[in-house]
Amino acid sequence: MYNQMSSPMAQQLAGKGAARAVRRRLHGVDKRPSWRTYLVLALVLLVSIYPLYFTILLGSSDATTIARNPIPSLIPEGNLWDNMVRAVQSDIKFWTALLNSVIVACVTAASVVFFATLAGYSFAKLRFRGSGGLLVFVIATMAIPTQLSVVPLFILMAKLDWVGKLQAVIVPGMVTAFGVFWMTQYLREALPFELIEAARVDGASMIRTFWSVALPAARPAAAMLALFTFVASWTNFFWPFIILGSTNPTLPVSLQLLQASYFKDYSLIMAGVVVATLPLVLVFIAAGRHLVSGIMQGAVKG
Amino acid sequence: MNQLTWRQRLSRADVKASPYLYISPFFILFFIVGLFPLLYTAWVSVHQWHLIGGQGDLVGLTNYVDVLQQPNFYKALRNTFSIFLLSSVPQVIAAIVIAYMLDTNLRAKTFWRMGVLLPYVVAPVAVSLIFAKIFADQSGLVNAVIESLGGTGIGWHADPFASHVAIATMVNFRWTGYNALIFLAAMQAIPREIYEAAIVDGASRWRTFFSVTVPMLRPTVIFVVITSTIGGLQIFDEPRMFDTLGQGGPDRQWMTLTMYIYELGWGAQKNFGRAAAVSWLLFLIIVAMGLVNFAITRSISSTAGKKGRR
Repeated sequence: MYNQMSSPMAQQLAGKGAARAVRRRLHGVDKRPSWRTYLVLALVLLVSIYPLYFTILLGSSDATTIARNPIPSLIPEGNLWDNMVRAVQSDIKFWTALLNSVIVACVTAASVVFFATLAGYSFAKLRFRGSGGLLVFVIATMAIPTQLSVVPLFILMAKLDWVGKLQAVIVPGMVTAFGVFWMTQYLREALPFELIEAARVDGASMIRTFWSVALPAARPAAAMLALFTFVASWTNFFWPFIILGSTNPTLPVSLQLLQASYFKDYSLIMAGVVVATLPLVLVFIAAGRHLVSGIMQGAVKG
Repeated sequence: MNQLTWRQRLSRADVKASPYLYISPFFILFFIVGLFPLLYTAWVSVHQWHLIGGQGDLVGLTNYVDVLQQPNFYKALRNTFSIFLLSSVPQVIAAIVIAYMLDTNLRAKTFWRMGVLLPYVVAPVAVSLIFAKIFADQSGLVNAVIESLGGTGIGWHADPFASHVAIATMVNFRWTGYNALIFLAAMQAIPREIYEAAIVDGASRWRTFFSVTVPMLRPTVIFVVITSTIGGLQIFDEPRMFDTLGQGGPDRQWMTLTMYIYELGWGAQKNFGRAAAVSWLLFLIIVAMGLVNFAITRSISSTAGKKGRR
């Protein structure tokens, strides 16, 4: 009877259960997909995971074995720890790089979250002349290919005597247009005007209101923004490579040095890749679901 | 009495000034590290300018003329576009297909979504090191597999096109899952009733995909294509790391424009003037590509709209 019926019609006529039954039959909304979907997805997953497993396989091996077997056996050998120790102790300043990456990623993430929330709060909830136009301007700046400004930026940093110093990497990234846009979008819906007015009536100053009302309300979006900024900063290569160089590297820069000086020993290089990637993979296992929902929310709004 | 008005005045100033104060960090930073460098690039590009020696004479368009006479500029241009097309087109198609499979009532949804996103947290430099081994000419994984199947290995570094495929694969590895999640979100926003109507009308699953899902995704496709154009034309990390020398190969087979900027400015020449000239040229190319994108998507959307109305 319900074969030729759409689900809203079924819901009208026969209730929610019937509507669900119709939907199940009609489309994959409720229907479990066939084994073929799982098979193809499993292949996709294999492609995205095998290269990382390949890294562990080579990183736990040694140079001669790797040269002999271009296709590594599927079971890791036992040298991963030794190779990681060798990579960390090699002359490419791995410890400095690790520490630098942690500092840059954490400071950048904290700063972006703070300044973006501040600006997003202002755009979303405060009334001021020109706010609409200024927000459009912020969004438009996202389309500017910033990487092309390396020459003047380098000249600027040289003038400030910041070449080779971490602030040269941190300061340009302290607040991003994406962050401002993201927090504006979130706070517009998540923060009721009543809360702000209540705080103002209680005599709180503007910054006090921001601090005790807006900042707590922004927490879920702020956490996602922090995560995105952390990943972007941790994986960034071009600018740190130019401005920091080999004397005071971040992890990607030191990985590049590892490739240049130990290209004959791929077990060492891959162990270095494992050391540099592991922290972020651990973050991903702990908070990856937030990254997933962050990307999906950003897509719908953006 | 006096004190009270003073306080009121202060409070009013607080209300007036605070919104601007709060948005000012972004604008200050943008003017210093975004807008000013962009304009200053143009200034540097019309001067003789040495990495260490600094500003020299005003030379007009000489740097542009010099650069446009270099064969390496055209190689870099060709390579950049070739790698860009090889990474963006298959990536968008694969991402839409993956999203379509994720947009079903899967068991363990979060597991699959996280699984496809995993490569995104691997730094491009690390991805490049891994794939440099996978695509090594001698004893590389892909060539070993090809040879074990009886074929002859591919010269991944010698052949320009093969090197572009290898580099594009690295980009695709890192970004396909990310874009799939963006498409997935857009697919979930498509009202289910439209699907139901299509199926009631007797459309097959494939027909539904091409006639309902893909057209409804158009704004998202435009968004993904534009962002990947801006990023893709500036590609540096992957080709730079494709061999140990980082110059884009002995014949510059895979040197991109950003690598060329780096080589002019920080390589043997240390010529900031020429590096800035190429930066401006690339900037104009990206703007032009943005306009082309816009025009194409507009014409597509108008024809699709006509088709839909029929």
